[in-house]
Amino acid sequence: MIILKGKGVSDGIAIGKMFFYERQTGDVEKYEIEDTAAEYERFEKARLKAIDELDVLYNKAVEEIGEDEAMIFDMHKMMLDDEDYCDSVKNIISEEKVNAEYALEQTKNTFYELFASMDDEYMRGRAADIKDVSTRVMKILTNSGSGLEAGDEPFIIGADDLMPSETVQLDKAMLLGFATMHGSSNSHTAILARMMGIPAVISLKEQLKPEYSGKDMIIDGFTGEIYIEPDERTSKLYEQKRKEYELQKEMLKQLAGMDNVTLDGRRIDVFANIGHISDAESAIVNDAGGVGLFRSEFIYLENTDYPTENQQFEVYKSIAEKMNGKKVVIRTLDIGADKQADYFSIPKEENPAMGYRAIRICLDRQLVFKTQLRALFRASVYGHLAIMFPMITSVAEVRKIKQIVDEVKRELASEGCAFDENVELGIMIETPAAAMISDLLAQEVDFFSIGTNDLTQYTLAIDRQNQMLESFYDPHHPALLRMIKMVVDNAHNHGIWVGICGELGADLELTETFLAMGVDELSVRPSAIFALRKKVRETDVSKSLKAGVLNDYI
Amino acid sequence: MKEFNYVIKDSAGIHARPAGLLAKKAAACGADVTIVKGGKEAAAKKLLAIMSLCVKCGDEITVKVNGGDEEAVCADMKAFFEENL
Repeated sequence: MIILKGKGVSDGIAIGKMFFYERQTGDVEKYEIEDTAAEYERFEKARLKAIDELDVLYNKAVEEIGEDEAMIFDMHKMMLDDEDYCDSVKNIISEEKVNAEYALEQTKNTFYELFASMDDEYMRGRAADIKDVSTRVMKILTNSGSGLEAGDEPFIIGADDLMPSETVQLDKAMLLGFATMHGSSNSHTAILARMMGIPAVISLKEQLKPEYSGKDMIIDGFTGEIYIEPDERTSKLYEQKRKEYELQKEMLKQLAGMDNVTLDGRRIDVFANIGHISDAESAIVNDAGGVGLFRSEFIYLENTDYPTENQQFEVYKSIAEKMNGKKVVIRTLDIGADKQADYFSIPKEENPAMGYRAIRICLDRQLVFKTQLRALFRASVYGHLAIMFPMITSVAEVRKIKQIVDEVKRELASEGCAFDENVELGIMIETPAAAMISDLLAQEVDFFSIGTNDLTQYTLAIDRQNQMLESFYDPHHPALLRMIKMVVDNAHNHGIWVGICGELGADLELTETFLAMGVDELSVRPSAIFALRKKVRETDVSKSLKAGVLNDYI
Repeated sequence: MKEFNYVIKDSAGIHARPAGLLAKKAAACGADVTIVKGGKEAAAKKLLAIMSLCVKCGDEITVKVNGGDEEAVCADMKAFFEENL
């Protein structure tokens, strides 16, 4: 297996054989002509035929990728109609008494040099257009094929670079992906590839060799990686990735904008968990109804000292704006255990999972906590933010948090800082203690979010990282599901909403169960959203209840 | 002959698309329209010649109209530049 690294310019995975396209360059013959008028007529015929072809390409492009991008072929037509260009060919034929091919080649070179030598980048780029249109006429004159005629099976095309007309000319049904040695992410080919939804990797330079033609190949348009003759493991992995991406695209078509309602009319929110501001894109692409868990730790972990209020404010403001009015639940600092930042100087602990972490640090080091809360409240006017506190075990902790929140709000108000007065405050239910007193906690907050990863490990006393415990680990343990049901009931008894943000939320075997319990929101990794939404829309809660979906836990 | 000066406002300058529109318009207007930039001239109906002037945003050009209904063509060209460039 050979791995090449280029630049991914069009998302997607392509798997198939590569066909390396080598343009027929062959030297242009030069010979003497007696009847120069007839020779020019030959050029003229070829030129008009080329214009006809461009018309066809233009229409094909309008249909497949849109009018704006198709404009380029209209421009190509006009280049072939240009007086100076045609006169140049005509003059060379009549004055030098040479054949049309030679005159065309000379003309192409003149105009190519003219544009290629300009000091404006955009105009330099037009040299490629001159070459493209001239090549088209040349092929008609010499009666040669394009070399791009489709074979029997779909293929990945490799090339030094592809001209826009070559890109569009390819039969889309036969084309799996692009791999080119040159090009830029804003080149027409890259833009066309994105429009056509075909994965593309460019700038592979000399790594991409013509002798790879005919070999099996994988293109990862996301990362820009290319695998030549991939091993079995890589092939399987990418086959899986490709399916997921295809499914996602398919789902997007089916589900975008659709409500998450069960067959019998029960609604549920499907939100995204994200761990970095850069993941916002995948939440949006996967059509998340909001962000159910925004882990704020990365801001701390990526820093070498405590992040400032403004630094945090910019991040929260940015995610609020990106989600454009959709709810974003931000979890306050959950550092400690396996996530450590040196500048916190947290001493080594015997049992960090049950140690000095999350809200415990925040309540202890209130300056750190207040800085984050100030940033959050200041950002609250830029969208729909909610704040959630991790690792709660007691009512006293929650009251303390609310007291600090009130102080922060008072400070901001006295400074004249704008903030949303009604930001919802919620807590994670991830300790058995919190679950057991969820009736009391529900009276203190606006929502619950059940963190099933920690709740499972604390309830079952099983460290999930410990491989020796694998056979004892049961994520569907009735103890856990009973606890979840209890939390949901207590939340609803006190009129607050409750979500699940742990990995169990994406477990499709439990979707029916959660719907039957009445869970209001499921927050899952972005790639799991569509499958979950599909499952929700296929579920009939009343039927599930009749079938006894909850009987094992009650 | 009539002429007017114009400062290009389009951030991309006279790029391929407006150059194409201009060439079509100039070819159909019944007069000789010439674009002058920094002493270099190009017939407005010639796409490649206009593009090779490499007119950028902020550049001042002179548009000259010769023959035909100069008055009307000049007004028409002015309107074209205001709208497209």
